[in-house]
Amino acid sequence: MSNDVDNSRRKFIAAGVAGTAGLVLAPGVTLLDMANARPAGEAASSTKRWGMLIDSTKCATGCNDCVTACGKENGVASTGHPETDPQWIRKIELKEVKSGKSHSLPMMCQHCAEPPCVDVCPTGASFKRADGIVLVDRHICIGCRYCMMACPYKARSFVHEEHDDQNPDVPRGKGCVESCTLCVHRVDKDMEPACVEACSAGNHGAMLFGDLNDANSEISKRIATYATTQVRADLALNTGVRYQGI
Amino acid sequence: MINPAKRRSVLGWLAAALSALLLAGVMPATADDEHGAHSGHKLIAKGDKCVRDEDYMRRNHMKILMHQRDETMRKGIRGSQDSLKNCIECHVNPKTNSVASSKEDFCMGCHSYAAVKLDCFECHSSKPKAPAVGMNPIVTPEQKSEGNDKQSSLSGKMRWQMQAKQASLNMGEGVK
Repeated sequence: MSNDVDNSRRKFIAAGVAGTAGLVLAPGVTLLDMANARPAGEAASSTKRWGMLIDSTKCATGCNDCVTACGKENGVASTGHPETDPQWIRKIELKEVKSGKSHSLPMMCQHCAEPPCVDVCPTGASFKRADGIVLVDRHICIGCRYCMMACPYKARSFVHEEHDDQNPDVPRGKGCVESCTLCVHRVDKDMEPACVEACSAGNHGAMLFGDLNDANSEISKRIATYATTQVRADLALNTGVRYQGI
Repeated sequence: MINPAKRRSVLGWLAAALSALLLAGVMPATADDEHGAHSGHKLIAKGDKCVRDEDYMRRNHMKILMHQRDETMRKGIRGSQDSLKNCIECHVNPKTNSVASSKEDFCMGCHSYAAVKLDCFECHSSKPKAPAVGMNPIVTPEQKSEGNDKQSSLSGKMRWQMQAKQASLNMGEGVK
């Protein structure tokens, strides 16, 4: 009789140990962070505002890792017509004429809180998701390209050619306007955008992705500590992509 | 006065003629039902059943897809069983690794028959994320553990053919 009691106690303890082991994957790496992931079936919420901080002092001239990663992730490849090829992210060089000091930085959709592309869209295809990501609904886009003209950052492109090699997660095709989606399909799975991942993987550390609404997030702390810039801040668009060191 | 035996045989003939007439009326429905939904198409699917009843899906798959498309695009609700990606995962033709590259494929089979143009795949990929050739969706891990590895892919293929045949037979019975 006493044996039975002991066995059940042992089973209970073993189950408890197994349960705890599931939470700790490796020293310092736990599954607790998963609690922050949005459960499947739940809509994106305005409690979050996704943003990015780009440190141009760490962004090397000639480095193209983010652009390459974006192209690979989203299936944006050259069609052999560079004048009309879609461009979701590009590297630009800034040079101060007087001192000769130059900066390199990636430029893409700035995911404005007050996006002009959404203001001008005649069909409602251009829209801002609750969590601040600005997207094009290709089901509704008629390809008029007003949004391309309205965007101060030249962030949007028109797809001129047919495609049949899309990533199943990233549908795109001829006749619609498109731009950086902040890798929304990855963000919904609690992953970082491909460009940020590539920048970290290359040990550049020039790009940081996170929730601007969460005061404890790394990006919010950095924005609170260092001087950061919104490109064309005079337009008061409240961009989600911020720059440091320009 | 007609004798009972003769009466019985006349009745028998009448019944046979009636049932023949009825059958003739029903037969065309095996190809098209009253709503014009084409039901003779061979199903290509990995699971036992679809996310809804087959008859319902034939008529309403476009409404389900349209609803889910807005949920995903506008609200970011992903991972639903009603997603186009989920449809493709199940219905991909292992021969072409697509749902819309030829008339034998799942989507085009009906759409070419009904002459309804399909725009989905001008933007969406008609292929599943993992190629169907390398990982036959019909062969579940349990099936793989049966027998040795060399025969598992062959048995998987045969199982798929049998299931497709069974599905088309079941459909025929359902309509009758």
